[in-house]
Amino acid sequence: MSELNVTLKVWRQAGPDAAGSFDTIKADGINDEMSFLEMLDVVNERLINLGKEAIVFDHDCREGICGTCSLMINGQAHGPAKGTATCQLHMRKFHDGQEIVIEPFRATAFPVIRDLMVDRSAFDKIVASGGFITAETGGAPDANLTPIPKPVADAAMDAAACIGCGACVAACPNSAANLFTAAKVSHLNLLPQGQAERYGRVEAMVDTMEDFFGSCTNHGECQEACPKEISIDFIALMNKDYLKSKFKNRRMVSRK
Amino acid sequence: MELNSKIPEGPIAEKWTNYKFDRKLVNPANRRKYDIIVVGTGLAGGAAAATLGEQGYNVKAFTFHDSPRRAHSIAAQGGINAAKNYKGDGDSVYRLFYDTVKGGDFRAREANVYRLAEESVRIIDQMTAQGVPFAREYGGLLDNRSFGGAQVSRTFYARGQTGQQLLLGVYQQLERQIGLGNVALYNRTELVDVVVVDGRAAGIVVRDLLTGELASHSAHAVVLATGGYSNAFFLSTNAMACNVTAAWRAHRKGAAFANPCYTQIHPTCIPQSDDFQSKLTLMSESLRNDGRIWCPKDPDETRSPELIPEEDRDYYLERRYPSFGNLAPRDIASRAAKIVVDEGKGVGPLKNGVYLDFADAIGRLGEDTIRERYGNLFEMYERITDESPYQQPMRIYPAVHYTMGGLWVDYELMTTVPGLYAAGEANFSDHGANRLGASALMQGLADGYFVLPNTISNYLAPQLGTTPVPTDHPEFKAAEAAATERFAGYLAIGGTRSPDSFHQELGKIMWDYCGMERTKQGLEKALSEIPALHEEFRKDLRVTGSGTSTNQTLEKAGRVDDFFELAQVMCLDALTREESCGGHFRAEHQTDEGEAERDDDHFAEVAAWEWTGDPSKPIRNTEPLTFDNVHLAVRSYK
Repeated sequence: MSELNVTLKVWRQAGPDAAGSFDTIKADGINDEMSFLEMLDVVNERLINLGKEAIVFDHDCREGICGTCSLMINGQAHGPAKGTATCQLHMRKFHDGQEIVIEPFRATAFPVIRDLMVDRSAFDKIVASGGFITAETGGAPDANLTPIPKPVADAAMDAAACIGCGACVAACPNSAANLFTAAKVSHLNLLPQGQAERYGRVEAMVDTMEDFFGSCTNHGECQEACPKEISIDFIALMNKDYLKSKFKNRRMVSRK
Repeated sequence: MELNSKIPEGPIAEKWTNYKFDRKLVNPANRRKYDIIVVGTGLAGGAAAATLGEQGYNVKAFTFHDSPRRAHSIAAQGGINAAKNYKGDGDSVYRLFYDTVKGGDFRAREANVYRLAEESVRIIDQMTAQGVPFAREYGGLLDNRSFGGAQVSRTFYARGQTGQQLLLGVYQQLERQIGLGNVALYNRTELVDVVVVDGRAAGIVVRDLLTGELASHSAHAVVLATGGYSNAFFLSTNAMACNVTAAWRAHRKGAAFANPCYTQIHPTCIPQSDDFQSKLTLMSESLRNDGRIWCPKDPDETRSPELIPEEDRDYYLERRYPSFGNLAPRDIASRAAKIVVDEGKGVGPLKNGVYLDFADAIGRLGEDTIRERYGNLFEMYERITDESPYQQPMRIYPAVHYTMGGLWVDYELMTTVPGLYAAGEANFSDHGANRLGASALMQGLADGYFVLPNTISNYLAPQLGTTPVPTDHPEFKAAEAAATERFAGYLAIGGTRSPDSFHQELGKIMWDYCGMERTKQGLEKALSEIPALHEEFRKDLRVTGSGTSTNQTLEKAGRVDDFFELAQVMCLDALTREESCGGHFRAEHQTDEGEAERDDDHFAEVAAWEWTGDPSKPIRNTEPLTFDNVHLAVRSYK
């Protein structure tokens, strides 16, 4: 256990339409066992004691599973540790005297609400457009009626591990949401239960995604930033299904 | 206050079937004439909102998160129980029912528990149909693992993130209904009051967390699925935003609060590392399938764990409970850990943990199999502690995790306020004094998918043709005015201490005196300290910023204020319950061997507390519990 003195440059913005700027805040005496968000808690406590407003940031489970936390830390979504959400990042990854720049996830589809908090509800709209299997409560057959080969179930699970945090969008130079969308499409399209709606799903979800987000140009930054290390292979799967959907759904692009 | 549990007639196995036939129905064409409010979008709330939307009701769903997918159900790791008997090892609906009643230390309602066990089977079918990628065997069939308090394998799982996958399943169904226009979602919106008109739930008052604006919503029925109150202890495994406000505001409007002292301390969490800690992290109980729990026999042991030979280790669970061993139920495993740590045999830098050791399992099954089963949990542990469980044993210690108590509900999940329902962890109904592992997901989903959508029509049907109370009714206006005043009040105090600093101090009182072991003396001390601290909160609170834009400090102030009042009734409940049962352990009531000693003659009952306007003087009402099927016995896991 050792103590760090760090300097934070934090993005402060009073509201969605206000101009923002960086505040420089000294954070001294930070225990390196702290998580990054616990460090921000300590900084906020000190700000309140000085009569100042606390830094607004989204967070909740602090176990890396709810996807609520975000933050660009020194230009990296969720900071420097690979496969780690901000809430699971610890101060031992930083060194004494370091300057740490903290910004919100930046993308047109994620407008800033206040300080480091952004609005990611465009993700919910993509899911609402087709990210489900229509199986209303009550009529399900016995769960073991349809065996699913273990590799298929495992691959679906790999995709389903997405926590919907938006790091993929924040890391992408185009602010594309292809990794997020592909993870949900692939989770459901791989499973036998998802086959009935497979092509309708992919078309609706990709089209909705394109209403909000930029286009994918295969930089691969999303995969690097993803706290769940979801593979961009799923984007290829989604693109394949999307292409097919244009024939299967008998709606040619030119006639749309 | 009258407590009518409305348990249907008939033998235990026929009660739910009889109920479903006897209840009143609303025909599909009439459902669109009803408005229903659902607060909370976790497993119970999300499932209820989606299902009621599918059935044709107009549903308004509220969450204080940015998206329904964030609810804390998502953090459940290990699994979900169901009496499928896919392993052919003797499981049945009756056995799950029996295990749950016994596991709850005979303090749950038999009829509710039997219904839960019956519906467990359909949950797995439903979630599989919705695309939840449960773990499978090579043949493609579903896999199971074992959990504490059971001698059969009945736990379904999706790696170490079962709660996540189930919640995403529910979220997807809910988003579908939102897309179809059957459910209107209000995100980043927090309930600040429940409105009751002429003795019935009329609606709610909510606060927009981005603008601070208050708004009223009315409906024919209101469902609260707002989770538990573990954060009364400040440090718990709950998410940071989990709070009691919705349930507490309902309580203040007439809903009885049942068994508030029943809190579950989970045996396997990462020990606290210092005072700045904001929350504790759970390590799934499923780890106890393959991990062995031990501590050094010698309190002065200084060797690192791998150098301590077998004869100097105490596998205390295996020693004390040979038939259940490391899979002893949570309350028992937690208390056993506390005993050895109190004896000075704790491990780690602060000597505040015990070892959970995988060396045997890795030797027997190989590292790959262990990685397959628990890989993500091991990674999480390493990220937090910087120690690899593949190389050295985990260090674990109990932490507050779940609350069995909650709003009192009858068999229909209706609170003592007609038209106001409580589902999931927010109610008290199914787990008695101790919840078995992998049963919270089961209960949330059973309530949301299968129970509530069946019982709510019994209340709605006679109201056909009525319209909800208009939101300009004086009761709504009064509730809005009171909430405006409350939030302006926090901002106006202008004291010196943040809401968090009060919360931390309250949590310490609760952990010290109302935690794993309670005494009359300690509880009385807590009951004198809490009101004093609450008074200081009212005088010396400092909330910076304004009430008209996003202000997380202000949100926190409201939640902590309600925790202060709840904490008093928790301590009162623990003080009046002069027995030990499940998660409630009174040091005065134990056997010679240190096991919990129940007093069935005096306390085979539910305590349902009634608000009187003074948080220190609520009224204790009781609902007697009868056990016609599972016979009262000393709970033994030896």
